[in-house]
Amino acid sequence: MKANCWAGPDSVEVRDVPEPALLNSRDAIVRVTSTAICGSDLHLLDGYVPTMQDGDVLGHEFMGEVVETGPGMTDGKLRPGDRVVVPFPIACGACASCRAELYSCCENTNPNAGLAEKFFGHPTAGIYGYSHLTGGFAGGQAQYARVVLADVNALKIESDLTDEQVLFLSDILPTGYMGAEMCDIQEGDVVAVWGAGPVGQFAMDSARVLGAERVIAIDKETYRLEMAAAEGYTTIDFEDVDVRSALLELTGGRGPDKCVDAVGLEATHGATHVRLYDRAKQAVRSETGRPHALRQAITSCRSGGIVSVVGVYGGLLDKFPAGAWMNRSLTLRAGQCHVHRYMKQLLRLIEQRRIDPTRVITHRLPLSEAPRGYELFKNKEDGCEKVVLTP
Amino acid sequence: MTTDTSAPTALRHDPLVRGLGLASALLGVPQVATPGGFVRQLGLADGPRQRMATVAVGVRELTAAAGLLGRPHPAWLWSRVGGDLVDLTLLATALRRHDGRGVARTAAATAGTAAVTAADVYAAVTRTRWRTPVELTAATTVAKHPDETYELWSGLERLPEFMAHLAEVRITGPRTSHWTASAPFGRTVEWDAETTQDVPGQLIAWRSAQGAVVGNSGEVRFHPAPGGHGTEVQVTLRYSLPAGPLGRAVARYFGEEPHQQLDDDLRRFKQIAEAGEVIRSEGAPGGKRARAEFPQHPAQPLTEDELREVRS
Ligand SMILES: NC(=O)c1ccc[n+]([C@@H]2O[C@H](COP(=O)([O-])OP(=O)(O)OC[C@H]3O[C@@H](n4cnc5c(N)ncnc54)[C@H](O)[C@@H]3O)[C@@H](O)[C@H]2O)c1
Ligand SMILES: [Zn+2]
Ligand SMILES: [Zn+2]
Repeated sequence: MKANCWAGPDSVEVRDVPEPALLNSRDAIVRVTSTAICGSDLHLLDGYVPTMQDGDVLGHEFMGEVVETGPGMTDGKLRPGDRVVVPFPIACGACASCRAELYSCCENTNPNAGLAEKFFGHPTAGIYGYSHLTGGFAGGQAQYARVVLADVNALKIESDLTDEQVLFLSDILPTGYMGAEMCDIQEGDVVAVWGAGPVGQFAMDSARVLGAERVIAIDKETYRLEMAAAEGYTTIDFEDVDVRSALLELTGGRGPDKCVDAVGLEATHGATHVRLYDRAKQAVRSETGRPHALRQAITSCRSGGIVSVVGVYGGLLDKFPAGAWMNRSLTLRAGQCHVHRYMKQLLRLIEQRRIDPTRVITHRLPLSEAPRGYELFKNKEDGCEKVVLTP
Repeated sequence: MTTDTSAPTALRHDPLVRGLGLASALLGVPQVATPGGFVRQLGLADGPRQRMATVAVGVRELTAAAGLLGRPHPAWLWSRVGGDLVDLTLLATALRRHDGRGVARTAAATAGTAAVTAADVYAAVTRTRWRTPVELTAATTVAKHPDETYELWSGLERLPEFMAHLAEVRITGPRTSHWTASAPFGRTVEWDAETTQDVPGQLIAWRSAQGAVVGNSGEVRFHPAPGGHGTEVQVTLRYSLPAGPLGRAVARYFGEEPHQQLDDDLRRFKQIAEAGEVIRSEGAPGGKRARAEFPQHPAQPLTEDELREVRS
C-alpha cells in the first residue's frame, strides 16, 4: 500500500510499504478514507522530535472504515464496515490515568516507556506516527492503518456527517477545545489565543462556545488572522505591534483573563534579535524550544489568570518567566489532548452546528501528494491553513 | 563489577586466616623493633638502606596482622600475597649480589618466603567469593485488587510473557518449578527453583536450587495502594554473577543497567494485568524485546516474513 513516510529532517516521501496486520488481540485494521497534516507533524518534519527513523509512517489524524478486527474483540463493539474516527493518543482504558480521563498519559500503551521516562520523568501514552519516543506506532497517512486496542480507541460515526465534518475529532478540534476548557472560562472573560493555526482557530471557537466575552487572535500570517477575524475575533499581528502593549490596550490595562498557547516550540518572534537568540540556542540544543508565545502569554496574562498550553514542547526552555508566573499567582495548565474525553460531546456540537470544523480546511489533496501538502502547510503558501489527504 | 565480599565473621574463625595473621605479627615485631638484628639473621650485610627496607616490610606485616586478626577480609590476604612477591624480589636481588657470607641463611629465608607465598595464595584464592552479588528492586502500581494481582504472578507460568529474558517456567511440584532463560550467544540457561514463601494476596518468594549457574532468589510483595486504588507491586531480585569472562558476558547480556530491564519487565506485567496483554507497536513488534531493538523496526507495517518471526 502507499504511505507517507518520514525520510529524514525536512523530507517526507510516499512509499510502498506492507499492509498493516493485527499485532494485539483487540486491534482493528481500518481502510483510511481521510487523513490530515497537523502542526505536530511539522515538528517531526523539522527534526525537533528525537527518535524518528527513516521509513516511519506519519500521521495521527485519520478516520476510515473497519475492515478487520482482532480475535479479542468479542463484545461486538466494533465490526467490519463500521465508520470510525481514531483519537491520536492510544489509551488502554484501564490504568489509573485512563480512569481519570487523562488518556494521553496512559501508563500502558507506550512500548518504549523506558525511553520516554528518561525524557519526561514518567512515560506518556503511545501516539500514532509520532516518533519512537511515543512507541513507534505506524501512522495513518496511509491507505490502511492498524488501530491499537480498537475497542477503546475508535469513535463510531453513525450519522451521515461527512468525513470532513468529523475527521478533526481525532485531534485538533478536541485539542483546541481542551485549550479553552483548561481556561476555566467565566462570564465576561477575555481570552487571548497565540497561534491562528488550526488548533488556535478551534481554541477560539471553543472559547466562544464556553462563554468567553471576547476572543483575541495573535499571529503574523495575515490570511490566518483574516480567517479569525471572519469569525468575529479581534486580531493582533505580532510583527506589527508589541503584543503585550496591544493586549493591555484591548483590555483596559488588565491583560487577558485567560491565555492559550497554540503555537509550541517553533514559535517566531516579531523582533529579529530575540528570534535569532532563541534560534541559535535551539540549534546547539541548549534549549529545545523557542518559547516566544509562552513567555508572552505569561507576562501578558492578568494576575491570577490562567495560561493554558496546548502548543507542543519537548525538552528544556530558556528564560522561562518564573517570576511573573509565581509572583502574580498565575495558573499554568498543559497537556497533550485527552481526546477520548471530548469526542462525544464535540460530535454533538458538530451535529448541532455550533462548531463547524470544516471552516479551517483550505487544501484537499490525494495522499500521493502528501509531500506537497507538507510544503504548503509548513511554508504557509497559497493561504494554507489545513490540508486533508485522501488515500 | 567488584569481586568478593566474603562474610568477615566466617573469616574470623578460619584457622588458616588466623594462622597467617599471627605469622604476620611474629614477623613484623622483630622487623620493626630490631631491624639490624633481623637483617643479620637473614645473612645479609647490615646497613641503613637494608634497615629502612626491613622496617617498612615490618610495618606492612603488622598492618596485615591487625587486619587479619581484627577485621578479617580477603583483601588482607591479597595484600599479603602482594607483600610476599615484593619480599621474594628483594631476596632474589640480595642473593644475586651476595658476598658469600651467610648465603645459606639467605637461601633458606628465600625458600621459606616462597612457601609462605604459596600458603597466602591458597588462602586468598579459597577465601575470596568469586561472585558478584547483584540486588535489584523495582515497583509499580496496578489498578487491580491485590488478590487478582497476586493471582497473575503466582501462576509463575505467565512470567515469560513479560520478563524479557525468561523463555519458560514450568511448575514441577507443589513448591518447585523449572526455569529456562535465554543466555548470551543464543544459548539457554536452566535451573530449578523452590518457592520459599507464598502468602496469597501478599507475598511470593523463591530461590534457585543448589547448583544453578547463576544463583538467584527473589520476592514480590503486593500491598494495597493508598485510597484503595489497586496494588503496589514491589519486586526484589538477587543474583550472583560468576566472576571472569562468563560473568562479564552475562552482565553485558542483561544490559548496562539491569534495573531498567526489571523496570521494563514490571511495566509489561502492569500491561498484562490492566490491558490484558503486552502492547506491541510496529517499531517494537517483539513486545518484551523492545529495549534491545534500538534502532527499532521503522514505525511501518511488517512484511510477511517479519510477522512470521514475531509470531513464532
Ligand atoms: N496538545 C495537543 O494535544 C496538540 C495537538 C495538536 C497540535 N498541537 C500543537 O499545537 C500547535 C499548533 O498546531 P497547529 O496545527 O495549529 O500548527 P500551525 O503550525 O499551523 O500553527 C502555529 C501558528 O502559530 C503561529 N506563530 C508562530 N509564532 C508565534 C508567536 N510568537 N505568537 C503567535 N503565533 C505564532 C504561526 O504563524 C502559525 O500560524 C503545535 O505546536 C502543535 O504541535 C498540540
Ligand atoms: Zn496533531
Ligand atoms: Zn491507560
